[in-house]
Amino acid sequence: MDFFSTLVFLLDSTIRVSVPLLLAALAGLYSERSGVFDIGLEGKMLGGAFAAGAAAAVTGSPWIGLSAAVAIAVFLSLVHGFASITHRGNQIVSGVAINFIAAGSTIILGQAWFSQGGRTPLLGGDARFGAIQLPFAGSLSDVPIIGELYSDLLSGHSLIVYIAFLLVPFTWWVLFRTRFGLRLRAVGENPAAVDTAGISVAWLRYRALICTGILTGLAGTYLALSQNAGFVKDMTAGRGYIALAALIFAKWRPVPVMFACLLFGFLDAFAIRIQGTALPLLGQLPVQFMQALPYILTVILLAGFIGRAEPPRAGGIPYVKER
Amino acid sequence: MSAPYAKLPAWADYGLIPLINVTVAFIVAGLVVLLIGENPFRAAVILVDGALGRGQAIAYTLYYATSFIFTGLAVAVAFHCSLFNIGGEGQAYVGGLGVGLVCLAFDSVLPWWLTFPLAIIGAAAFGAAWAFIPAYLQARRGSHIVITTIMFNFIAASLMVYLLVNVLKPAASQAPQTRTFLEGGRLPKLNFLLDAVGLSVRSSPFNLSFLLALLAAFLVWVLIWRTRLGYEIRMRGHSPKAARYAGVSETRIIIITMLISGALAGMMALNPVMGDQNRLQIDFVTGAGFVGIAVALMGRSHPAGIVPASILFGILYQGGAELAFEMPGISRDMIVIIQGLVILFAGALENLFRPSLQALFAGIRPAPVGIEAKQGERV
Repeated sequence: MDFFSTLVFLLDSTIRVSVPLLLAALAGLYSERSGVFDIGLEGKMLGGAFAAGAAAAVTGSPWIGLSAAVAIAVFLSLVHGFASITHRGNQIVSGVAINFIAAGSTIILGQAWFSQGGRTPLLGGDARFGAIQLPFAGSLSDVPIIGELYSDLLSGHSLIVYIAFLLVPFTWWVLFRTRFGLRLRAVGENPAAVDTAGISVAWLRYRALICTGILTGLAGTYLALSQNAGFVKDMTAGRGYIALAALIFAKWRPVPVMFACLLFGFLDAFAIRIQGTALPLLGQLPVQFMQALPYILTVILLAGFIGRAEPPRAGGIPYVKER
Repeated sequence: MSAPYAKLPAWADYGLIPLINVTVAFIVAGLVVLLIGENPFRAAVILVDGALGRGQAIAYTLYYATSFIFTGLAVAVAFHCSLFNIGGEGQAYVGGLGVGLVCLAFDSVLPWWLTFPLAIIGAAAFGAAWAFIPAYLQARRGSHIVITTIMFNFIAASLMVYLLVNVLKPAASQAPQTRTFLEGGRLPKLNFLLDAVGLSVRSSPFNLSFLLALLAAFLVWVLIWRTRLGYEIRMRGHSPKAARYAGVSETRIIIITMLISGALAGMMALNPVMGDQNRLQIDFVTGAGFVGIAVALMGRSHPAGIVPASILFGILYQGGAELAFEMPGISRDMIVIIQGLVILFAGALENLFRPSLQALFAGIRPAPVGIEAKQGERV
C-alpha cells in the first residue's frame, strides 16, 4: 500500500497546486473567448493575493479578504478593458503593463503599510480559508482504498478548491447553454455580427472582463489565504503565464482547461516530490532543471503536440464600429 | 499599429502625444507616492538631483541608460515586424554567458580591444540563439511568441543558475559567479568624457559600451528605414498579407527579425558584465530586459526616441537608488510601477488623448484633417 499512499499524496498535492492555475485559466477563458487577450492574469492574481492578505490581516476575516481581492482584480480588469476596449489599445501591451503595476505596487504598498519587507503579516487560522472535512471523512479513513481516496484526496481542502472545480461545469454551462455565453463566444469570433444584432460589443466584452476579474481575485485569495498564511512578494511566480499556456493547450474549452491545469499541477507536484532522489536511467536531476520543467513542457506542448491552436478569431483585435 | 484615428501633424504625433502620455504616467506615479504618505514633489526633486546633480550621478545614469538602449532597440526591432519580444530579459541573461565565456577564454592572452569584438560577437550570438527557438516556433508552428519568450525567460534563469553554480564557479569560491576577469576582459571607462566637460567623476561603471549602444541605435535606424531587409520587416509588421503577396517569406522575416532582436538584447550584457562587474554573476540583468519594453513604447520604436527614453529610465534607476536612502518607504520597486504606468499610458492607452487633441487641432486649423475612419481596418 506504500505506493498507493504515495500516489494519493501526489494527487492530493496536484489538486492543491492546480487550483490557482485552474481559476486563472478559467478567468482567461472568459476574456479570451470574448476576443480580449489577457496576458495580465499574473498581475491580477498578484494584486488579488495582496488585497486578500492585507484585508484579512487588518480585519481578521477571510471573507473581507476575498471581497478586497475580487474588487482589486476587477478594477485591474477594468483598466485592461478601458485601454483595450474603449481606447482600442494593444491588448498584450496593456496586459504587460498591468503585470508590472501589480508587481511593483504590491511590494511598495506592502512595505509602506506593514514594514515586513513586502510581506503582509502572518495570518492566524481564523483569517484564512482552512481545510473542510467532508462528512464521514474521519470514520471512513480506515476503509482501504476508497477510504483513503475519500478522506485524503477528496476531503480536507479549502472552500476555494471545491468552488474552483465546481466552476468548471458552471463555466461550461454559462458559455454553451446561456444567451450570455452564446453572445460572448460570438463577440470573440465575429463582433460585427453581434453589433449588427443590436448588442453592444463593448459592454459584452466588459462583462467578460469582470468575470475574469472575479476569478483571478479568487485565485489570488487562494494563494494568500489558503495555500499560504498571508501575502509574500511575487507569490504568483509565473502561474498566470502557465495558466495562459494551459488555456491555449486546452484550445479555449472549459473541461480540457481543467485537465490541462491538472496535468501542469501534477508535473509540478511530481517535480517537488522527486527532488533530490535519483531516477532510474536519468540519475539525479538538478534542482534548476526541475524548476524549469513546467516552462520547458509548456513550450514543448505549445510547439509539438497541439499543432496550431486556433484562438477565437477576433482575439487581439480592437473592435471598430463601422461608420 | 494603425488606428482608426484622423491624422495629426507629425510633431504632435511623435512629440506631443508621447509627452502627454508620459506626463500622465508620472502624475499617476506621484499619486502612488502620495498614497504611501510621502511628498511626491520632494521625491521628484531628490530623484532628479540624485540622478543629475553631480558628475558621478550622471555617469551612473548613463551607465544604466546604456543597458536600456540595447534592450529598447531589441523590443523595437521586433515591434516593427509586429512581434512582441518579451524575452529580452532571458536573451540578455544568456547573452551574458557569451560575454563571460569569451572573457574567460581570452582575458589573459588578448588586450581588451581584441577581446571586445569577440565579446560583442559572443553576446550577440548567444542572445540571438536564445531568441531563435521562440522565433522558429512562431514562424513554423504558430506558437504565440509572447508566451514562448516569457517561458524562455524562466528557462534562462534556471539554466544560468545551474551553469554558474555547477560549472562556471571556481572550485574555491562560495558565491555563484565566475572568477574576476583580468585586464583583457575589462572595458575602459568613459569617465574622462564627463571630466572633459568639467564634471568630476571619481569612479563609476560608465564604460565604452555606451558608445557601442549609440552605434547600435544608429545601425538600427539604417536597418529599419534604409535597407531592403528593414523594408520587408516593416511590411510584414504592417500587413502580413501584403508581405506575403509581395513574395516576402514570412518564416524568414520572422526568424531574422527575432535573431536581430535577440542579438541586441544579448549585447546589453556587455555593459554590466564586461564594463562594470568584470565577472558573470547571478541576476545581473536586473529587469533591464523588461525596461526595454517601456523604453521602446515611449520612444515609439524609433532610435531617436529610444535613446532619450533610455536616459529617462537611467535617471529613474539612479535617482531611485538615491531616493531609497532619503525615503525608506520608496524602494527600487517604485520603478517597476513607473515602468508599468509608462507601458500603460504610452503603449496601451496611446490613443487616450488623441480625440481631444484632434478636436483641438481641427478647431485651430479648419482645413480638412481627414476625419474619415478607414473601415474595418485591422492591425
